[in-house]
Amino acid sequence: MTSYRTPLSRARGLGAAKHGVGHWIAERVSAVALVPLVLWAVFAVLRLAATDYDGAVIWLSNPLNAVLLTLLVAVSYLHMHGGMQVVIEDYIEKPLSRAMVLLLNVFVCALGGALAVFSILKVALGGA
Amino acid sequence: MTDASRTPRERPLSPHMSVWRWHLTMATSIMHRMSGCALYGTALIVTAWALSLAAGPEAYGTFKAVLGSFPGKVVLFLISLAVFYHLAKGVQHLVWDAGHGFELKSANAGAVASIAFAIAATLAVWVIAAMTGAL
Repeated sequence: MTSYRTPLSRARGLGAAKHGVGHWIAERVSAVALVPLVLWAVFAVLRLAATDYDGAVIWLSNPLNAVLLTLLVAVSYLHMHGGMQVVIEDYIEKPLSRAMVLLLNVFVCALGGALAVFSILKVALGGA
Repeated sequence: MTDASRTPRERPLSPHMSVWRWHLTMATSIMHRMSGCALYGTALIVTAWALSLAAGPEAYGTFKAVLGSFPGKVVLFLISLAVFYHLAKGVQHLVWDAGHGFELKSANAGAVASIAFAIAATLAVWVIAAMTGAL
């Protein structure tokens, strides 16, 4: 059957979504930010593991610790959302399942990040 | 107009796993993705830590008891390995993104260095943890 569609019409919608560059850059920028943050977090975990509840609250009352931990959580969830998105897009082919899992990824990251940040601020700002 | 040509054409797929011979850079690249997925779970544990701290001493005690148990420590050990590996391999990926280190020799060296750093840093952290009473 002869097709009356133009080559342009056939090509449309099959190319790049033009969102790739922003995603690529966000993943690299967050990666660079996470290098010092994660190294700091290793020392923070060693410190926190050696102390109890009161020690942890005092540690988190320090503005520097509270801010760095908030940044670590926010940038980590951003970075892992982008990373998991690529993994999902690579392995899940069915459009509906893919959309559902991509949505789940967004929700899990948003909820996990928001819960962590709010909890950190609650302890840091006010005598838990 | 509905016409058969409107159904999506076969799109190119990547990577073609079956045409590659196993080698170090391939294995470490796969391990980078696996460790990244493991760190997804780790972030959720960090959220659980923050929630338990905000909930009070009792919840925090329970959280520490779970992570301090033997299975908890095994999980923490694997997490530390994943953190250091993903960190080191991630730095190699950033170097690659900057356009350097693509020669076979330096690519392999980076892969070996990532594994070596992960093991050395993990052991160092657990020795420090044992010495500072964090265990």
